[in-house]
Amino acid sequence: MFFNSNVMNTKSLSDAQLVCNYISGDENALSILINRHQSRLYGFIFSKIQDRDAADDVFQDTFIKVIRTLKRGNYNEQGKFLPWVMRISHNLIIDYFRKNSRMPKFKSKNEFDIFSIISDDSLNIENKMVDAQIENHIRILLDELPDEQRAVIKMRIYQDMSFKEISESTGVSINTALGRMRYGLINLRKMIDKHKINLIN
Amino acid sequence: MAELYSKNTSNSEQLKPSKKTIRFLIDYSKSLKIIKIRKTNYETFLN
Repeated sequence: MFFNSNVMNTKSLSDAQLVCNYISGDENALSILINRHQSRLYGFIFSKIQDRDAADDVFQDTFIKVIRTLKRGNYNEQGKFLPWVMRISHNLIIDYFRKNSRMPKFKSKNEFDIFSIISDDSLNIENKMVDAQIENHIRILLDELPDEQRAVIKMRIYQDMSFKEISESTGVSINTALGRMRYGLINLRKMIDKHKINLIN
Repeated sequence: MAELYSKNTSNSEQLKPSKKTIRFLIDYSKSLKIIKIRKTNYETFLN
């Protein structure tokens, strides 16, 4: 069943009708759904993450999942489109915090930075040399990777780019960028195991 | 006293994702095609 959004006032179309239209091939229906719910969903994400760029990423990843599920025909319409989308974003927020708790970041906000006057004396000369050696080993290993995997890892780790930015920069989909990162890391681990390299200082 | 309280909420800034993100999602959706062969779904991206 297809609800002709060109004839009917789009504002009067329910989420269920728009989802049905979208699954039937009406791409405009997705634009209406996003426009209708973007503030509420983004506000929800931002209230948890408190970072605009990260919230943008989670919002994007949420709708990528929505789009893929709808296009695959795996969505069961029960008149609860928004709660479904919110649940997806909620799970992605949890994933975000899990990932960031493992890799803490410090962002300077251009205000007074205490770290500018406190030096870290814990890294003595020997540790610095070992650190430099590890860094060198990692770079050598990275050079052994296929070009696409190396590029994604460098952009993600050394340039701190989001997967959205990597996707745009390399001209591939986010899924492809994610896949390259994943296989790049798998290949790095294989090389580390194969050569019995110790990367711990 | 009533003048102190504004009922007009249209001036308040609503949090929204960037236009770039929205544009990306719309383009992503347009380019994504699902091909079902037997019982397996294959995702392809049209340029």
